[in-house]
Amino acid sequence: MSFVLVQVIVGGLLLGAVYALFSSGLTLVWGMMNIVNFAHGDFVMLGMYVAFMVFTLFGAGPLAGAPIAALLLATLGVIVYFGLIRDIMKGPMLAQILGTFGLALLLRYSVFWWFGANFLSLPQNIVGGTFAVFGLRIEASRLLAGVVALLVTLGLHLLLTRTSLGSKMLAVAEDSTAAQLMGIRPDTMQAIAWAIAAGATGLAGALIATFFYIVPTVGETLGIVAFVTVSLGGFGSVPGALVAGLLIGVIEQLSAYLIGAVYKDIVVYALFLSFLWFRPQGLMGKS
Amino acid sequence: MKLKQFLGLLCAASVTIMLAGQASAEDKVVKIGAIFPLTGNAASAGLHAKYAIEVAMDIINNAHPELGDFPLAKNAGLAGLGGAKVEVVFADNQGSPATGQNQALRLITEEKVVALVGAYQSGVTLTASAIAEKYGIPFLTPESVAANLTERGFKWFFRTTPIATDFVKVYYDFLTDMKAQGAKTDNIALVHDNTEYGTSVANTITTGFKEKGLNVLDVAYVSNATDVQSQVLQLKEKQPDVVIMISYTSDAILFAKTMQAQDYKPAMLIADDAGYSDPSFLKTVGKISQGVFNRSSWSVGPEGSPTAVIADLYKKKCGDEMDDTAARDMQGFLVLVDAIDRAGSTEPAKIQAALKATDLKPNQLMMGYKGVKFDEKGQNILASAILIQLQDGENYVAVWPKANAAKAPMLPYKGW
Repeated sequence: MSFVLVQVIVGGLLLGAVYALFSSGLTLVWGMMNIVNFAHGDFVMLGMYVAFMVFTLFGAGPLAGAPIAALLLATLGVIVYFGLIRDIMKGPMLAQILGTFGLALLLRYSVFWWFGANFLSLPQNIVGGTFAVFGLRIEASRLLAGVVALLVTLGLHLLLTRTSLGSKMLAVAEDSTAAQLMGIRPDTMQAIAWAIAAGATGLAGALIATFFYIVPTVGETLGIVAFVTVSLGGFGSVPGALVAGLLIGVIEQLSAYLIGAVYKDIVVYALFLSFLWFRPQGLMGKS
Repeated sequence: MKLKQFLGLLCAASVTIMLAGQASAEDKVVKIGAIFPLTGNAASAGLHAKYAIEVAMDIINNAHPELGDFPLAKNAGLAGLGGAKVEVVFADNQGSPATGQNQALRLITEEKVVALVGAYQSGVTLTASAIAEKYGIPFLTPESVAANLTERGFKWFFRTTPIATDFVKVYYDFLTDMKAQGAKTDNIALVHDNTEYGTSVANTITTGFKEKGLNVLDVAYVSNATDVQSQVLQLKEKQPDVVIMISYTSDAILFAKTMQAQDYKPAMLIADDAGYSDPSFLKTVGKISQGVFNRSSWSVGPEGSPTAVIADLYKKKCGDEMDDTAARDMQGFLVLVDAIDRAGSTEPAKIQAALKATDLKPNQLMMGYKGVKFDEKGQNILASAILIQLQDGENYVAVWPKANAAKAPMLPYKGW
């Protein structure tokens, strides 16, 4: 195997970890509430802008920016749940789609109005540049995002499978009336789910901001990948999103390098569709 | 009684005359439609185009004696139409060919504009101008460069900017010059997106260069990429002597960041305008793109010159320095309004005839073109470009050809 090929695969894994990172919030909301959050990409975008603001106001890097973004977005998640989601969940599917899509546009153009259309960027090397291991170049910022992706996935997985809070959330997802009879408040559980999902998404945005450009429409560019990652991984499966993210990252990079970048999406989506043909519930989703 | 009636009539008559007077003053407005990407991924470029056109409106609609003999500046409004003011209706094409087409239709049928200008992305200009052609409304593109735009046999389409065939010559002559000075220039990589702009410019350059015996490596990618690592690795492996970038802003920024991360510096990096002229590009990644060459037709002249005055007005308007794309937009708009002024009419056919008769000299232009004169396809045959270089990572300086150069070209590419 040629050396460049190894570099391509390593790059693909790091990229895939990032995909997984910004998909975990979506899979939680999608799997638990059956709500497709079209504003997901714009939550990522908000996380990026929070990181940017934290840097310009306090000169602080992602170590401060990421927790602040997570906290602010978690708050926003709760507000969005009580202000919008709780009501549209009772409505038809179309209301959910249009509701979250409207939210996406509202967020996107509020940022557009406040910050303008200019591209922004955090300074290069805010996380310590690039280092070489056996000649392989690894960006510290991407590695950090990758490590955090693993931690977030592990954390969410443990939360859902090992804690009573997780069990309550899953109970609500399974049958909210029955959960209510058992003394669980579905509203509280779902608000918590939204807070966690939005918080994880904000965290992802703040970390992606360390190596990507920041612009109000960036959610559009990133959002679509999140949807594919979640459906490939299996709706509601957090580890599934991680495996799917890594897979998509590596396949994208390999096909871009070996066949050509204009064909990489064809390869990824063709494999994606043929996979769903055999396993519609995704890699790790329950059938 | 009779006197009262008479006075009453007099009052009514004077009111009527006043109203009529107002109506005819309102008639003296020339409505022009401008289609640009005001939202979406190219909004940065689109909004700068809007600012540039607003500066042009200020110059046209108000008296600007400080601009001297610059066309349309001296008096307020259009002299050819009895001092009529120009009004521009801006429409957002969202960077989408379909939206651009709908907006052109809306501007023509509902806003009743007499001419159109736009639409930044070649792919959008392609569809929007087809509507203008159908309705017999002049469409001038100041900045879309895809070659096929003027190959459609359109009668109502005009283009002021230099196009891909002009760039091929500029790039080839520049490379020949650099080769004479000892640089290696035999293997060229063309990195381009898959939009109308990216593919058509890349095709024209490939054909032109291959005829001259240069080796061309084609590195295509899908625009608005989430990642460009593999493209950069491909370049790093193939080691071309010269890399030419044909990219919009978002991808241009991503390439700059990724090239630094992968520690890849080509010996010579040339950008084909577009994203690399966006002020956002300089602010975000200018410092890690030191030494990149860029195509341009704009340069701020000496203090007090019309171009310096215009650059000042523009900076006051939007806070950014004038860039080549915004300047080409402004120039195109001025050429269009100049034609309307000469036509002395808002009738589309007369404006079309005046556009065809356009013959502007270099001293009547803000851009470094050799003039503006359209051939039968609507292409400005006197358009030309120079090369500028980002030597300090903050501002471009003119470096080639020697006659226009403020500094000598700096080689090799420095990066960061």
